[in-house]
Amino acid sequence: MTAPLEDITPAERARGTSFYEASARTRLELLLDAGSFIEFIGPEQREVSPHLKIFDLPEQFDDGIVVGRGRLDGSPVFVAAQEGRFMGGAFGEVHGAKLTGLLRAAREIGSIPVLILFDTGGVRLQEANAGELAIAEIMRAVMEARSVGVKVIGLIGGKSGCYGGGGLIAGCCSALAVSEPGRIAVSGPEVIETNRGVEEFDSRDRSLVWRTMGGKHRRLLGAADVFADDNVQDFREAALELLGLVGPFGLDKLKAEQERLADRLRRLSTCFDAVDIWTAEGIAHAETVPELPADQFIALADRIGRISRDAR
Amino acid sequence: MTVIETTGASPGLDCGGEARRGAKAMTSWQTNRATRDGRISAGAVLARGKIVEARDATRLLEAVIRPGDRVCLEGDNQKQADLLSRALLAADLSRINDLHMVQSGVVLPEHLDLFDRGVAKRLDYAYSGPQSARIARMLFGGKIELGAVHTYLELFARYFIDLTPQVALIAAVSADRDGNLYTGPNTEDTPTVVEATAFKDGIVIAQVNDIVETVPRVDIPADRVHFIVKSGKPFFVEPLFTRDPAAITEGQILTAMLAIKGIYAPYGVQRLNHGIGFSTAAIELLLPTFGERLGLKGRIATHFALNPHPALIPAIETGWVRQIHSFGSEVGMDDYIRARSDVYFTGPDGSLRSNRAFCQTAGLYACDMFIGSTLQIDLQGNSSTVTTSRIAGFGGAPNMGADARGRRHPSEPWLKAGAEADPDGATLMRRGRKLVVQIGETFGDKNVPLFVERLDALELAEKLNLELAPIMIYGDDVTHIVTEEGVANLLLCRTAQEREQAIRGVAGYTDVGRRRDHSMVAHLRERGVIRRPEDLGINPLDADRSQLAARSIKDLVRWSGGLYAPPSKFRNW
Amino acid sequence: MEGLKFAHSVRTRAGGTRQSAIVGVVASGNLEVLVERVLPDAECAIDIKTAAVGFGEVWTAVVGDFVERYSPGGLRFSINDGGARPDTVSLRLAQAVRSIAENGQ
Repeated sequence: MTAPLEDITPAERARGTSFYEASARTRLELLLDAGSFIEFIGPEQREVSPHLKIFDLPEQFDDGIVVGRGRLDGSPVFVAAQEGRFMGGAFGEVHGAKLTGLLRAAREIGSIPVLILFDTGGVRLQEANAGELAIAEIMRAVMEARSVGVKVIGLIGGKSGCYGGGGLIAGCCSALAVSEPGRIAVSGPEVIETNRGVEEFDSRDRSLVWRTMGGKHRRLLGAADVFADDNVQDFREAALELLGLVGPFGLDKLKAEQERLADRLRRLSTCFDAVDIWTAEGIAHAETVPELPADQFIALADRIGRISRDAR
Repeated sequence: MTVIETTGASPGLDCGGEARRGAKAMTSWQTNRATRDGRISAGAVLARGKIVEARDATRLLEAVIRPGDRVCLEGDNQKQADLLSRALLAADLSRINDLHMVQSGVVLPEHLDLFDRGVAKRLDYAYSGPQSARIARMLFGGKIELGAVHTYLELFARYFIDLTPQVALIAAVSADRDGNLYTGPNTEDTPTVVEATAFKDGIVIAQVNDIVETVPRVDIPADRVHFIVKSGKPFFVEPLFTRDPAAITEGQILTAMLAIKGIYAPYGVQRLNHGIGFSTAAIELLLPTFGERLGLKGRIATHFALNPHPALIPAIETGWVRQIHSFGSEVGMDDYIRARSDVYFTGPDGSLRSNRAFCQTAGLYACDMFIGSTLQIDLQGNSSTVTTSRIAGFGGAPNMGADARGRRHPSEPWLKAGAEADPDGATLMRRGRKLVVQIGETFGDKNVPLFVERLDALELAEKLNLELAPIMIYGDDVTHIVTEEGVANLLLCRTAQEREQAIRGVAGYTDVGRRRDHSMVAHLRERGVIRRPEDLGINPLDADRSQLAARSIKDLVRWSGGLYAPPSKFRNW
Repeated sequence: MEGLKFAHSVRTRAGGTRQSAIVGVVASGNLEVLVERVLPDAECAIDIKTAAVGFGEVWTAVVGDFVERYSPGGLRFSINDGGARPDTVSLRLAQAVRSIAENGQ
């Protein structure tokens, strides 16, 4: 028989579980304090998509997103986790409404932060209009929650990445943590290749995809604030760190963010490839960045990566 | 199908001219040599020494090759002489046509374009994985005159008997000015092809990535090489043996656990070959975890005839594997192999030396077990990877997955298997048996059943009017079938009916499985012919991905200490 | 999509105290099983919505073997199936029983 797994502590289990590989439910179970998660509108309520049956497609009882509340190191948090394997984690009407509702609840209460575990290819094609509306509603709900002092933290490290409307929502968050396999962008590799040609972007060149959209690049660019190793415990620690770091939000902060992005564009717009950007940022042997182990990369990013605490 | 053929340099053409020049008609015994010298002179016009510019490659081939020649275009399931195949495809049809291609692999689109254009007409080959659909269409359409589909070793054998090439077009990493070749980690078929061609008055043309002052090691001596074409870029190599651990399913893990505990352990299998499927990759990744807990380290899976599978890195790093001989290399594994020369065969330069013919022979004679997956298994245990619209060829699997009737040395698993098959035979006179294991899930991709009443290969043979259905492994060679439902030991079956029910008894919910005789299957289980997970002390709920020593390509890179450099298509960093 | 419903009488009630559990996800070759403790102890129901049409016979066999083996009395299983193989279905059903048999909410 195989070795029993009972004697392992929750932290050890979380450390030994790949965030990339885990389901949305497992991520939440291991991210939060053990046994603290309480789901809102759980699968037994069967709030499924009203659109998929029209296309003769299978539904999922939670419509691909798990929302609820729990505790992180004893303090209450609201959480939402997308299931990247169900329709690529894409936003549909119900899926989006669950997240909007969670953010509005956070705004009403005002003091409980929100963690969003993104894992999404964007908007579900079969419910495009409802999905696009959901993205806009969620972006507004994020900004409204932040403007009354709620911290909204994005955690990105799932198989479907954080694309399309998900990338837009992530851009509205107070702070982001990302792991190496996590990806953040609006247009996906295939979309770019289809629209601009393979010479512009070869979507099958996975090294190119990851050094352009992957976690390490996003961390070095300052788009993500913390780099997590690919396990749930590291994401838990990253979330705690970010909750401690995020300061008050207001118009000044938005202006600073605008300036940070404008400055980035000025400095780096002539770079052809991510490696050129890393070189421009002062990294010696930039071509070796993708091969760096997590601890060495974190040390490098802490030295080089530009994060403006005044911005976002 | 097999036809004994005369060589292209037929006495009627070349010999006649010489005879007229002589005072009286006499037999010449060196016409082939004279022909070869003529071909070399014709090609030499385009060469500086032996070196020909890439832009002149087609002209070189037009000078050297004659209509109807038997040409070996090097390429197998891994490396390809891609520049030379493109050059041949561009040939003037009035100078080169109706060639008889003899080659391990029909893999590149150009390989079939040759037949579409009429450059080539007849084909003898072994493997056609990526072109399996198109080659089937062309065979149906009569575009290709098929000699036979072979196993690698069988085709190599025929290079020396009745399919000897007049011209070989090969691929190497580098050459020196004299023509010594370095074939590097992917040596593969080159020594065999060159041996058969150069020593029988044929012409050898090599494409090389680079021309260097001194080659790192001499894989092919210069006097067997007639022309060298410098390619602008490295020859193509397919990373065929890389299985991403991220794609291994719970069902494959369960099946792998059953194989380890139900076959590897009781027979004590130390010398073996693995196929390339995900089930065998799962076995490789379970050795340092599940296998370790069973106390099997050092007792199983120590010596392999196997390509450098990245999935075996954790087992190597934890000291399970003592020695591996390889058919070819694997993209990204070169630095790791170089650093683990105690395990792999390496040259004085430090890089892998692979050799397909020797490794196939090793798999046939020196391994006690072959374990691999297939697409279809029938009620007698015959297996095939042919479907009605695809002909993938055989490659090497049948050489591994066949009892070697010429084997004479004993070993524990071989004798035990022999005794199970013939318990009443006289001990000193009883042959052993190689363990030939077919492993797979009862339903494959797109829920296609693994078990069938009748193989698609039979329908194909009828449609194409073949004399022999393309069977990958014959039922009488198969000793075990493993699925997620259990292990069937066919060695213990005494009648055809028992054998059929043993197969149905592990065929799960396929039509074949649901039509089992339940009482007979229960009886076979009591006798240990069929063993379920619970009979082996395995709980299917324990078969989860946390059991794998590596769950991603990145994990394999970590296990290798950063020495494994996977190709871009397998990265997510 | 195809809908299938099975109802079985069983010998014993399923163990544990949890009221519901969910395992798996709906994806190509995968399925989710929602299990709820909502029926009398001697009954078991399995409702299936599957993307693979025309496999009723196979489902009948898989469900029959599962009920015979686990005797999941009192449980209703609701399945959304993305075209999983029968062995995957068996595994998820077993995982669902294990999950609801844990003590908890």
